Amino acid sequence: MESTKLKYTLGTLQHFLPQIGRVVTCGPVELAIFRTSDDQFYAVENRSPHPKGGPLAEGIVSGYYLYDPLYDWKIDLRTGEVQAPDKGIVATFPVTVDGDNVNVIL
Amino acid sequence: MRVEREKLVLIGNGMAGVGTIEQILKLGGAYDITIFGSEPHPNYNRIMLSYVLEGSKSIEDIILNDRQWYEDNHITLHTGTTVVRIDEESRQVIADNGLSVSYDKVIIATGSNSFILPVPGSTKEGVVGFRDIADCDAMLAAAQQYRTAAVIGGGLLGLEAAKGLVNLGMDVTVVHLLEDLMERQLDHTASSMLQAELKRQGVKFAMGKQTVELTGEERVNGLRFSDGTELQADFVVMAVGIKPNTQLAKDSGITVNRGIVVNDYLQTSMENVYSVGECTEHRGTCYGLVAPLFEQGMVLAKHLCGAATQPYEGSVVATKLKISGVDVFSAGEFTETAEHTVISAKDEWKRTYKKILLKDNMIVGAVLFGDVTESASLQKLVKQGAEMTDEIYSEVMGTGCCGGGGAKQGMSVEAMADEEIVCGCNGVTKKAIVDAVTENGFTTVDEIKACTGATRSCGGCKPVVEQILQFVLGDSFQESAKAGICSCTTLSRDEIVAEITAKGLKTTKEVMNVLDWKQPEGCSKCRPAVNYYLGMIYPDTHEDEKESRFVNERMSANIQKDGTFTVVPRMYGGVTTPEDLKRIADVSIKYDVKVVKVTGGQRLDLIGVKKEDVPKVWEELDMPSGYAYAKSLRTVKTCVGNQFCRFGTQDSMGVGAMLERKYERLDFPAKFKMAVNGCPRNCAESCTKDIGIVGNDGGWEVFIGGNGGIKPRIADAFCKVKTDEELVEVCSAVMQYYRETGNYLERTSEWVERMGLENIQRVIMDNAENRKELAARIDFALAQVSDPWKKMLDDDNTRSALFEKANL
Ligand SMILES: Cc1cc2nc3c(=O)[nH]c(=O)nc-3n(C[C@H](O)[C@H](O)[C@H](O)COP(=O)(O)OP(=O)(O)OC[C@H]3O[C@@H](n4cnc5c(N)ncnc54)[C@H](O)[C@@H]3O)c2cc1C
Ligand code: SF4
Ligand code: FES
Repeated sequence: MESTKLKYTLGTLQHFLPQIGRVVTCGPVELAIFRTSDDQFYAVENRSPHPKGGPLAEGIVSGYYLYDPLYDWKIDLRTGEVQAPDKGIVATFPVTVDGDNVNVIL
Repeated sequence: MRVEREKLVLIGNGMAGVGTIEQILKLGGAYDITIFGSEPHPNYNRIMLSYVLEGSKSIEDIILNDRQWYEDNHITLHTGTTVVRIDEESRQVIADNGLSVSYDKVIIATGSNSFILPVPGSTKEGVVGFRDIADCDAMLAAAQQYRTAAVIGGGLLGLEAAKGLVNLGMDVTVVHLLEDLMERQLDHTASSMLQAELKRQGVKFAMGKQTVELTGEERVNGLRFSDGTELQADFVVMAVGIKPNTQLAKDSGITVNRGIVVNDYLQTSMENVYSVGECTEHRGTCYGLVAPLFEQGMVLAKHLCGAATQPYEGSVVATKLKISGVDVFSAGEFTETAEHTVISAKDEWKRTYKKILLKDNMIVGAVLFGDVTESASLQKLVKQGAEMTDEIYSEVMGTGCCGGGGAKQGMSVEAMADEEIVCGCNGVTKKAIVDAVTENGFTTVDEIKACTGATRSCGGCKPVVEQILQFVLGDSFQESAKAGICSCTTLSRDEIVAEITAKGLKTTKEVMNVLDWKQPEGCSKCRPAVNYYLGMIYPDTHEDEKESRFVNERMSANIQKDGTFTVVPRMYGGVTTPEDLKRIADVSIKYDVKVVKVTGGQRLDLIGVKKEDVPKVWEELDMPSGYAYAKSLRTVKTCVGNQFCRFGTQDSMGVGAMLERKYERLDFPAKFKMAVNGCPRNCAESCTKDIGIVGNDGGWEVFIGGNGGIKPRIADAFCKVKTDEELVEVCSAVMQYYRETGNYLERTSEWVERMGLENIQRVIMDNAENRKELAARIDFALAQVSDPWKKMLDDDNTRSALFEKANL
């Protein structure tokens, strides 16, 4: 049941501070958007894969990794994979930047 | 097309069974796995129930494998389902709800049940065992409702339960049949030292008492003993032992003694059926601790995966009591007989005791009390049945003979089998650790922890992990081990601070680039630390990096587990006004705050504010931030003092508020708390504060390094001063000295111990010049701080980036 993907404009570049996450709700999904120090953008579902859940947007960003704010799990922003010794995965979504606009496709 | 795999059914979703499955998965075993568990929970760490009871962990914290794990590994899990029979003929496992699953192989790992004394009244309400989450919940609930509890059984479990209930505020008596506690692990000397220590911690004892009846109507109200005496109790925990859970095996026609009988490959009398864990009897022994169960599981996993394995030949067990401030260790044999040669040392002043038992000069057992630093080495020596030598003697008895110690330790890890479990909590073997070092190039305990999970739970295995590191790395260990504030660098805190000053480094990025960080942008440990060091070194010019702050400090509010925030306005010295209270109430109602709570530091928590409302809440409160989220001065707790109290000799409220106003907002290595009391009655509890101040007729007495948190510590008397000016100067100097020399996240309780009280006194009290300079430096730093919420409310871009949620 593959439905067509939609492109949402999340805001303009100035809305996103380097290495500080921002929450955007896109229809049914709450996203955490991160801008890395080399100006790449990543979008993940704003929900920790830790059994107790919780948000991700407030974590510390280092390179392409995120340290989650509640349990300090290390998560690869590119793949959503939780790094050992913890296990789990976060849903990731492709982000595009055209001109000033930051968009996500879901 | 899918290849048919063999069907493996595990009965019992506990530590031994799931541990075995984990090993099978690691070995790449090709099985379709189904797991049955009677409890409604996924696999959890049973030994940590003691911490749940004590309050330092929650049930969620002790889950080992959540449901996602089962899914990820394609394991079918039936929780809340008890298996009643294995039918050999049809090769089916049959559960109480009628479900039946066919198998090729079965593992029985049903554990044990609490042994409930068969005395009249033992089925009354209010009588529980201590075995699973349900028991733990029952105890937590009882503590809310009742006051007196009796714990029957003075073994490991009973004592941990008793201490937990004392922590929950109950009046607890441990009832023990014999005159010695933990008589199966400790000798008389260690046992009486243990009892004395626990008494000090508030546990009561009824020794040499045999319970013959539990009294009461529906609900228990007391115990009657064989000598006719009685004890009143609203709640009774039975911790007199465990009974291997063998019903299912018996009903299926499998040979059972005390436990399910297995051979050295964990095979039961029924073909294709195996058994591991507490329900199992191997060579006449049933084990009740996790380390042997993991050893069994390892052998079974290999056997089931067709890998070569040594037979299981039994385990040497070692015990550690998990009660803070009570260090007890025992391994192997401990009661001396004529065959034993005994080495012992008892120090009544330091309250330590050490005993080693030799048989034909071989080390066969050891008991330690009070100081258990040697526990890891002794455990290994007992396990190996090592021969006593002069080197070992001087090493473990600490006669100060130097040289040779390190090499000997290395040799004992060398002799350790690859398969031996080093970390009992997480089932990590020596080999897994050695592999992490040789294959991934890891060199620190932290890296080993991140990769294998060893040392992650109770930490008891850390000394052995360090020894293995040392053994594998040889000389290169020293360099990497002494240093490293985290795994991103090998530099220590002092080296980093020195380099920052010497090279004039200004940002975390610069520090990490110049000092050659392994992860160029650091991690959640070093980024906040380096940001703090920079701020401490350059109070006026350092631009605080929001992206290097923990969430709480970045958002200037405390995050809660559901992602909402807690707002805590300042209340200087714990004093507020009716007007402020009214405003707090109005804002709380308007923003639908979930709970308003009075904190331990005399102020109000507004808990459960939605993220996007936090700025508005602060705006409408229009009060200074209480910094409840920060590593900085939290509160200055005060008593009533001479303004109102008939005993008061000093104005504690006034001075407390003055100190809080003076020192608020400045960053410290860790959170910082103070208290001010009007007289030596000490109603505001100075002894557990970073700086505690007690008034007396002629001035003030200052205490430092107290802590009521994870590692409670009573503050040390630091000095006496006559005037308020002297008081401020001393506080300033202590705080600044701590700011300049403390490791990030190091509380003053640890700092005082590391630096030495006398050393700090020398720096601050014996040198007036130095004291004034320290005080001047903190004043300079204090001149730079401002309220974060005033700033945040004026900075639309940051505020919106941090708090607003866009909806598309
Ligand atoms: C409070 C407490 C503190 C402890 N502290 C320590 C410690 O510090 N150090 C230490 O080494 N050990 C400690 N232990 C002991 C340790 O927890 C046990 O040795 C270990 O958990 C036993 O593992 P197991 O898998 O054999 O049994 P369990 O972990 O008990 O697992 C057995 C599981 O099987 C399930 N089950 C039983 N029958 C059936 C059936 N017919 N069908 C389906 N499921 C069934 C049970 O519900 C249970 O969940 C402690 C135990 C407790 C209770
Ligand atoms: S510490 Fe002394 S002055 Fe303060 S409230 Fe207690 S008795 Fe009164
Ligand atoms: S033994 Fe408890 S953490 Fe390793």
